[in-house]
Amino acid sequence: MALKQNHLLDIASLSKEEIKEYLNLGLNLKEILYRPIPKVPTLRGKLIIHLFYEPSTRTRFSFDRAAKVLSADTLAFTAKGSSIEKGETLLDTVKNLEAIGADLFIIRHPLAGAPHFIAKHSKVPIVNAGDGTHEHPSQALLDLLTIKEKLGTLSDLKVTIIGDIKHSRVAHSDILAFQKMGSSVYVTGPAPLLPDPKEESYFRLSEKTFKICYNLRKTIKDADVIIALRIQKERHGKALIPSFQEYYEFFGLKPQYLDIIKPGAILMHPGPINWGIELSPELEKYPFQVILDQVENGVAIRMAILLKLLTGEKTYEVTY
Amino acid sequence: MKLLIKNGRIIDPTQNIDLKGDLLIENGKIVGFDKNIEINDAIKIIEAKGLWVLPGLVDIHVHLRDPGEEWKEDIESGTKAALYGGVLRLACMPNTNPPNDSPEVTSYIVKKSKEKGYVKVYPIACITKGQKGEEITEFGRLKEAGAVGVSDDGKWVQNSEIMKRALFYAKHFDLAVISHCEDQNLSQGGQINEGIYSAKLGLKGKPPSAEVIAVIRDLILAKEAQKSVHLAHLSTKEVIPFLKWAKDEGIPFTAETCPHYFTLTEKEVDNYNTLAKVNPPLRTEEDVQAIKEALKEGLIDIISTDHAPHSSLEKEIEFELASPGMIGLQLLLPLSLNLVRDGYLTPLQLAKYLITNPSKVIRIEPPCFKKEAPAEIIIIDPEEEYILTEDFIKSKSKNTPFLNKKLKGRVKKVILNDNIITLD
Repeated sequence: MALKQNHLLDIASLSKEEIKEYLNLGLNLKEILYRPIPKVPTLRGKLIIHLFYEPSTRTRFSFDRAAKVLSADTLAFTAKGSSIEKGETLLDTVKNLEAIGADLFIIRHPLAGAPHFIAKHSKVPIVNAGDGTHEHPSQALLDLLTIKEKLGTLSDLKVTIIGDIKHSRVAHSDILAFQKMGSSVYVTGPAPLLPDPKEESYFRLSEKTFKICYNLRKTIKDADVIIALRIQKERHGKALIPSFQEYYEFFGLKPQYLDIIKPGAILMHPGPINWGIELSPELEKYPFQVILDQVENGVAIRMAILLKLLTGEKTYEVTY
Repeated sequence: MKLLIKNGRIIDPTQNIDLKGDLLIENGKIVGFDKNIEINDAIKIIEAKGLWVLPGLVDIHVHLRDPGEEWKEDIESGTKAALYGGVLRLACMPNTNPPNDSPEVTSYIVKKSKEKGYVKVYPIACITKGQKGEEITEFGRLKEAGAVGVSDDGKWVQNSEIMKRALFYAKHFDLAVISHCEDQNLSQGGQINEGIYSAKLGLKGKPPSAEVIAVIRDLILAKEAQKSVHLAHLSTKEVIPFLKWAKDEGIPFTAETCPHYFTLTEKEVDNYNTLAKVNPPLRTEEDVQAIKEALKEGLIDIISTDHAPHSSLEKEIEFELASPGMIGLQLLLPLSLNLVRDGYLTPLQLAKYLITNPSKVIRIEPPCFKKEAPAEIIIIDPEEEYILTEDFIKSKSKNTPFLNKKLKGRVKKVILNDNIITLD
């Protein structure tokens, strides 16, 4: 028997079965959020520490909300990227917070592999809330949960992802997650922001389930799910593409594509959105966009992650 | 005092010698070798049955970290590791702190090596002041202080005009010009080879093109200057056709690789293993094969270590913050012997790649078994197997992916002039 995974570090190391466990547990737990008093005592007495070395609103609040619905205590540590090299090392910070009594760490870090590095040295579970340009596994799980809810299946779908695929941790996790569940992934965007041909074989889990495309219209034509990614202005957007106006013109999703988009398809975005760059602001009013459903499912899936890692539970019995 | 080494496999690449026999030394100098030497007055006899007897190895790519980073290594510890690795002469790279861009730093290294060094040390100075790539250093004064070559190792001289000037100017002083071939515009921010592991780990890749483009430029400048350029630590199959081309064109150059580039692949970095982070990066199985073939063909005919010590402070941290490099002095021999075991090189060829050819680059007479030559001898057991433990490593730093792995081939004894050193 394989060793029990005691961290959530990336989608790459999860099996289809493990992904299903998270999704089932998430679906199961979501109901709690609709109760008059959305709180259960399951994780009472557990201390969850947010280690956010990068700014985050959605992900951090989402994990915090999830922890509090389950009655865990939370503490937040925030550090600007620049203090990493000057002050205490990441490893020392983690060891100290363990001594204070942390039962689980949620880590967001600008450097790829930082959660993996901590996991090698830590005694408690580690949740990767986004590491550099590597992965963002909880985002992929909430995307899956949303698709399952909206389309009723996770297999045999065509998922199109548009944008900075090369530097997007969301894309990296999504590409693997959708294929593991039996769907195909097509990625498109400006060519310098797509995976290098030498990297392609890593993303292709089976022969016909992953494709890099250079024509936006063709790529969105038969898609069941369209995911637009955020152009990361603060990181490299500016240097790698000539202008945001040009990006919008050639790679932004606009109402004019509505004729070619398949009926019943859904539009997703991991947020935060740059309206007018990745998406036309007019798209907000169309019901095929499920962006806020994603955010809501984020809380449910993160409850599942915390519960599974802290208790080992794969199901949740509603007893009160 | 007479010393007789009996029944060894005597290999001297300077004379194309590879024979089973005896080697006689008197008063720290070579007397001669033969299939059988019978004398009655030998003070000491070393039985070398099953062992190889070679001149000391010459490693022209070592980072001693002295001055400035002595917590990683210093001249004493680095040369001790060299001794244990059978490297009896080494050239040390100038990216110290301060960098070796002045006769003062060169003199410091020469002086300290004479006082504390276990083996001979030949400093390599910077090509440009502060390794900034802007102005060339005082080649003449550096040479007088003891430098044998110039290199901005760790950085490529990006400005072609500056590199051309360096090649021309080095001709006056017969200095080796050593290039760390990497177009930093292409490799900037890169952590590992660009390929499936950069995708898997979400790390920026260094493409092979960064190395190839730098190699091509340097070959073209060497042609124009009619001055040999030494291409350090080649790692990718993509450079091989251009080495062939340069050879056909008669362009003066020498080419080096390191044991990790013909032994390890990018797979080693999986799970963010910082011990396998090195520059240039470990590449693919195809690259490893191509480097071995290039060694076999003689397109690359020098093996150096790029011994790059880093302490746990620089290695037990986040991958992107970790310093690139791995130690190599005590791995040079066991890993290079694999090339003989796998049929790529004969023992005599390997000895050329480890002794004669690197000596030519830095313009020194290689150690040899010619009559009257000072004794600089290593006796090795090519078959002995052992585990590379922390205790076995004489460097201050233990950063190698081979830590606690099994190695085959070990230096048993070193004879330096009058001293017989048994390495246990």
